[in-house]
Amino acid sequence: MRTKQILLALLTLLVGSSLMFAGTVSGKVTYTGTPAKQKAIDMGKEPSCAKQHATPVLNETVVTGPDSALDNVVVYVSSGAPDDGQVPSQAVTYEQKGCQYIPHVLAMHVNQELKITNDDQTSHNIHPLAKVNQEWNKSQPPGTPPIVEKYTKPEFISVKCNIHPWMHGWFVVLNTNHYDVTKGGGDFKLPNLPPGKYTITAWQEDYGTQTADVTITGNETKDVNFTFKAKAY
Amino acid sequence: MGKLFAVTIVIIAILSSIPIVMNYWGPPPDISTHGAAIDEQLHETMWEAGVSFVAAQLVLALFVWQFAGRGKNDKLKTFPGGAKGLVIAALLLVGSEILALGVIGQKAWATVYFAPPDKDALTIQAQAGQFAFYFRYPGPDGKFGTLHPDKIDEGNQNFFGLDPENDVDARDDIVAGELAVPVNRQVNLLMHSKDVGHSFYVRELRIQQDFVPGLDLAVHFTATKTGQYEIVCTQLCGLGHYNMKAYLQVLSQEDFDKWLKDKAAQ
Repeated sequence: MRTKQILLALLTLLVGSSLMFAGTVSGKVTYTGTPAKQKAIDMGKEPSCAKQHATPVLNETVVTGPDSALDNVVVYVSSGAPDDGQVPSQAVTYEQKGCQYIPHVLAMHVNQELKITNDDQTSHNIHPLAKVNQEWNKSQPPGTPPIVEKYTKPEFISVKCNIHPWMHGWFVVLNTNHYDVTKGGGDFKLPNLPPGKYTITAWQEDYGTQTADVTITGNETKDVNFTFKAKAY
Repeated sequence: MGKLFAVTIVIIAILSSIPIVMNYWGPPPDISTHGAAIDEQLHETMWEAGVSFVAAQLVLALFVWQFAGRGKNDKLKTFPGGAKGLVIAALLLVGSEILALGVIGQKAWATVYFAPPDKDALTIQAQAGQFAFYFRYPGPDGKFGTLHPDKIDEGNQNFFGLDPENDVDARDDIVAGELAVPVNRQVNLLMHSKDVGHSFYVRELRIQQDFVPGLDLAVHFTATKTGQYEIVCTQLCGLGHYNMKAYLQVLSQEDFDKWLKDKAAQ
């Protein structure tokens, strides 16, 4: 009887401790060298969008921040965290506004609901160029309800608009909820990581991917930084 | 009943001619050096066709009037001279009319298509693709970089497929979404399609030229008035055809140089 109680207490301690211990991986993504100049986008053929921008918007292939920060980098746990298969119930939203995709890079979990809205006075025809998932394109006149979709397999999907050639973005479908997209200062934070060995991957649409291995033992915050080499063209 | 029909024909013929003769809907302002020749040709064609139309309608009305109210048992009259005579007459009449239009109009066509561009014409390249027009200027080196279709990356604003990393000539090429030209300077527009058939149409320039996939075409023109004009695609090219347009900016030489400089800096 006593042994049972002791065993039960030990078990609770073990399970409890694994739940109590959750570390964080955080850091900054930066670049070295000089990135190619991002060209201004000419929206002349769509006056209703052109007039929404006092100065022409810039291409978003490489978005930088202060202190050589690199934005729109998806940082995620690529191995080590068993996917709990938990699909977030909240949908992610992709906006078409001012003839731009906002955000430029949208990360989501497989099977997570994706809502695509059109806030412009013109029709758009969103065409995610999926190769692993189902490829589709959908027309969306102004004032129509959002398109609701989801992706069943992990993939980095390039998104374009069939009507406005300059519109471009990304859907990053992952089979983990441990991800972050750098914004503003190149910073990312991956909390709630139970003790274990992880591979963290950073992906930038033009500069490729980089990985780093990190081990979490308890409640600590591990600092992991990524540096990408900028391309001149 | 038949006579009423004859009267209706005459009324319709006259009523429909009035707005055309009175020139209610004139053509848009002509800003091209060859515009006058084209407009004259269209004008003459309209007159020839118009007169033939009214004449044909009147003759039709005459016959309807004459032979209306024919009894059930009346015999059909035969054609005077027989059908063969009429066919030959029609052939000669209509044929000579069209031949005349063609001969008179050849000058208008030739100045646009058969005359080569001037040696000092400004060469600009136009690419039509679903569903926008993009224009390329050679830049200070005066040379166009090579086009590499496999390098086309619209999301990265590389619409033409240039390779500035390896191709020095491509580095200073200027790509724009609008066609800016200096006023009173001949422009030689090199045209190709990225994908399917499109067409370049500026009504004020009196130019309409198809982009044929696989062909490198060219059209030259001289704009004579500054201003902003619309370039519309006039060849059905897909679901965005209705939205496919660009703007032609005819600028003074000074403004054009400034425009070019601004674009190069962007």
